[in-house]
Amino acid sequence: MTRPVAVVSFAQSKNVRREDHRNEVEVLLPVVGEVLGNVGLTKDDMGFVCSGSSDYLVGAPFSFVMALDAVGVWPPMRESHVEMDGAWALYEAWTLLCEGEIDTALVYSFGRSSPGELLRVLALQLDPYYMAPLWPDPVALAALQARALIDEGRASEADFAEVAARSRRAAMDNPYAQVTGDRSPEELLADDYVVAPLRRHALPPITDGAAAIVLAAGDRASALIERPAWITGIDHRIEPHALGARDLTKSPSTRRAAVGARLLADEASSSVDVEVAELHAPFAHQELILRDALRLSDKVSVNPSGGALAANAMMVAGLVRIGEAAARVMDGRASSALGHATSGPCLQQNLVCALSAQRPADEGVGR
Amino acid sequence: MSSVEANAAEPVTTIVTPIRVDYQFTAGLAQSRFLKGISEGRFLGQRCPRCKKVYVPPRGSCPTDGVATTDEVVLANKGTVTTYCVVNVPFVGQSIEIPYICAQVLLDGADIAFMGLVQELPADQVRMGLRVEAVWVEPSELAPNLSSVKYFRPTGEPDAEYESFSQYL
Repeated sequence: MTRPVAVVSFAQSKNVRREDHRNEVEVLLPVVGEVLGNVGLTKDDMGFVCSGSSDYLVGAPFSFVMALDAVGVWPPMRESHVEMDGAWALYEAWTLLCEGEIDTALVYSFGRSSPGELLRVLALQLDPYYMAPLWPDPVALAALQARALIDEGRASEADFAEVAARSRRAAMDNPYAQVTGDRSPEELLADDYVVAPLRRHALPPITDGAAAIVLAAGDRASALIERPAWITGIDHRIEPHALGARDLTKSPSTRRAAVGARLLADEASSSVDVEVAELHAPFAHQELILRDALRLSDKVSVNPSGGALAANAMMVAGLVRIGEAAARVMDGRASSALGHATSGPCLQQNLVCALSAQRPADEGVGR
Repeated sequence: MSSVEANAAEPVTTIVTPIRVDYQFTAGLAQSRFLKGISEGRFLGQRCPRCKKVYVPPRGSCPTDGVATTDEVVLANKGTVTTYCVVNVPFVGQSIEIPYICAQVLLDGADIAFMGLVQELPADQVRMGLRVEAVWVEPSELAPNLSSVKYFRPTGEPDAEYESFSQYL
């Protein structure tokens, strides 16, 4: 960690099943306008722009280059892109801010899953020789993971329904959410299986959406808003690509990332201590795995936004977790929070971002 | 030699794993307006409220300023050739007899050139500044795609001054 960097603004589109008429640029444009407008800045004030998206979703090459029309890159800007969730774009922007050459960065991501066949598209992220040709879809793979969790005696289908019921209820207060509702776990358990042991409520919705965050460093952040959400640590870790090489019931990469994000002193530490945790758990049982990995206590408010079960725009929902966590620090509802993002099948990659209202010490520029 | 060793001597160099994913493209609000205009036999652009430039086809935002282009502008049916190339190379699927002219046409009122064919002119007579007009398919054949514009042809007007389009090259 070097100099302090904070989230100073967050915006997102309304999450919907299908953007019928707007293309990626048109979905993104008002979001970028809002995230900059919130803090009275323009794109010309940004030292760096970084985005996260995937061409596979829309089936268009270099769609991230087209998306730059939503920012306006003249005069030419310093820009980068990750073919990942925007949370990883935020990580890249954070490293650049830590280096000290720039004071502000715009991070955004967009994901319209509706143009393609999402389950087939996601199968393409698997090993291309032995797995992808079999087209195992992400729901089937998640179901294997959920089954393993049940077989270990660590969770039941009722626990999955509990997570879904709480998420949907929380999402009723989230105007951007796609799936909301006040149904009890018992009612949800009457849903049909999609792939056993996962019933409809344990699956994320298919979502079109976009989100953006402005990061600022040091005094610039303090000058922009009263209560920046300071990043006190951020780290991401990846597990083997081969699903058979992993214990799918655990998330060691999340735990290690929490250590890297300074939420835990070491991997043996007892628990993560934050007021709010926004966990990117696309499937209900994955929240349980992540809670275990972070050893979150019952006092932690988990996914007050409704989480990924309420809206799961690909390449966006992870950045939204950081944004939702930061929003609660910025508006005073929490003094500490964590945002978590995942990518790949069955929680393969995990990023943990620790946020605090307390400005961390300036450790100088450079590692 | 065991069968395992025999197999090892012949490495697998290729595997075939067919992949097919279908997509439904969304043109977007701005391009949909443009394509609808094409199906009505006219060019619709959009103006940036900040820099006032008119884009055609519009993409909904100004790529320079990053703001929505909401003002719709009906552009003229004619314009100026800013630059061109004469295609002399045959290729598979070619539908026009060579040599033919492919040109960037700056429609009157637009701030970005538009790609089109130039016909009814010998290829060696095309030039920068040539004034051209769009020739459309029969009204009954108009459709929301660029095949509705058959080509551009000379209007007979005097050539445009170089300075009038030098900023659009």
